[in-house]
Amino acid sequence: MNTFVKCRTIVSGVGIGKALITVEPINFLSMIDLQKGIIVNRHHELFGRCIKGAVLVFPGAIGSSVGAYAIYSMKVNGVAPTAIICSNKADITTASGCAISSIPLVDTPDVKSFLAIKSGMEVKVDADNNLVCLTNRTV
Amino acid sequence: MELTREEEKLLKGEGGESLAIAYRILLAIGEATEAQKLIPVKWAHLSGVNYNTIGDSGTDFLEKFSRGATVAIRTTINPMGFDESKTPNLPDEFIRKQMSIVSSYRMLGTTTSFTCIPYEIFDIPEKGTPVSFAESNAAVFSNSILGLLTNRESALSALASSITGKSPYSNLLLEKFRHAKVTIKPDYNLATELDYGLLGYFAGNTVRDNCIAVDICKEKLDTMKAKALSAAIGTSGSCGLFTKREDRQQEVISCGKEEVIAIKDQLNTAEDGDLIALGSPQLGLKELHILADSIEGKRLTKRCLVFCARAVYNESARTGLIDRIEHAGAEFMCDSCICLTPLITRTDFDSVITNSIKAAYYLNNSNRIGVSLKDLKTIVKEYAN
Repeated sequence: MNTFVKCRTIVSGVGIGKALITVEPINFLSMIDLQKGIIVNRHHELFGRCIKGAVLVFPGAIGSSVGAYAIYSMKVNGVAPTAIICSNKADITTASGCAISSIPLVDTPDVKSFLAIKSGMEVKVDADNNLVCLTNRTV
Repeated sequence: MELTREEEKLLKGEGGESLAIAYRILLAIGEATEAQKLIPVKWAHLSGVNYNTIGDSGTDFLEKFSRGATVAIRTTINPMGFDESKTPNLPDEFIRKQMSIVSSYRMLGTTTSFTCIPYEIFDIPEKGTPVSFAESNAAVFSNSILGLLTNRESALSALASSITGKSPYSNLLLEKFRHAKVTIKPDYNLATELDYGLLGYFAGNTVRDNCIAVDICKEKLDTMKAKALSAAIGTSGSCGLFTKREDRQQEVISCGKEEVIAIKDQLNTAEDGDLIALGSPQLGLKELHILADSIEGKRLTKRCLVFCARAVYNESARTGLIDRIEHAGAEFMCDSCICLTPLITRTDFDSVITNSIKAAYYLNNSNRIGVSLKDLKTIVKEYAN
């Protein structure tokens, strides 16, 4: 059975991918290899993981204001996430980067159903309808 | 967020593609920050000038964007990759791409200030004036020290503000959001600019709010310490404003010796270095005076690069201040800064000595060079005689 998580749409569109979840914020300028989409910061929870084609679930961006261009670079280089879910309110860097890259972005997911999203699970971010749909429960 | 009829038209492309992109950005960040409307801002400061920070995709984006847009308000820009007045020892490809970016910003009509300290260079509007500052140290400093109103804008949102003259009316633009919920209390001796940098890094990393109270005597903060604190807060987090401690803050978090040691473990990755790098943020006039006074009559024993704003350099050259510092063996780099600089690479240097937490973060994580963190007094003591 499908589970739906209500969210708020920041950038519209639809994106499907495996959830890549972290509770740690990201400095997009310094923590990611923008050619490969791999997290290269050794101190980050997602060190070594690839965000290409994933649905990134994270609290928000920190640090450099140029992070917005870094999101756009990933899109142009073909290594961007298919959608992004901010676990709190989306920040300005992430929102502006997604806006010019046409990466669907939702935030403030409904707290209870949000917990059903697990790493590796296939999720569909339907930002046109303020929803995240969990289509598959296998990890 | 409600747009006016005029803004709706521009969003739909009636004013051209660049304005449509700008309004798309403003709409997204307006929704994210729960703004009701856009309001006029007086000044935009843009990041995303150094080719190392925006890459090919950013260079191409700006080239197209600048063809169809002109700034609507005073717009200043961040440092680029090298000193425009010197022939850089860099790959032709880098120089070509960098100059394409510069020409896009010229096409847009920005003031090509190449500085990350616009607050020390340009006339400051009245307290309470809304502006749109990307470059995190400039946003934090201008909010906290000068009383200007800006959110922690991104390179793209400030760009959008520059050509529309507008920004969403939200968060730190509103007085009610300029009060902190949490206080950071330093429980160690705050003596040098490095001590303030460490405190800022801890504060930004620990509290994810737009505003943080810091339990220090703000009146005693000199420019050097205020810049160190602002830049470090900007580097580690998302906070755009630090305030004094108020009665309303319930939660107090201590930053003691242990916390400082933990940050040093991450950022102080070398015992010593092959090069001294000063100026992240770029040095202003007051800091050049401090530097000149402290190395007067001495000779530096290591190569030392001093990054400073062109306008500050020109003024200081007239007064003889530059000569005094160069006499001790330091070299000046204008128009550029330490963060993601192509001038300090792993091929040439194993490690760098600096007093800047922000420089330490980006040298470690982006340039992948070791860093030896020392405050300016210690640097002079150890490397000048």
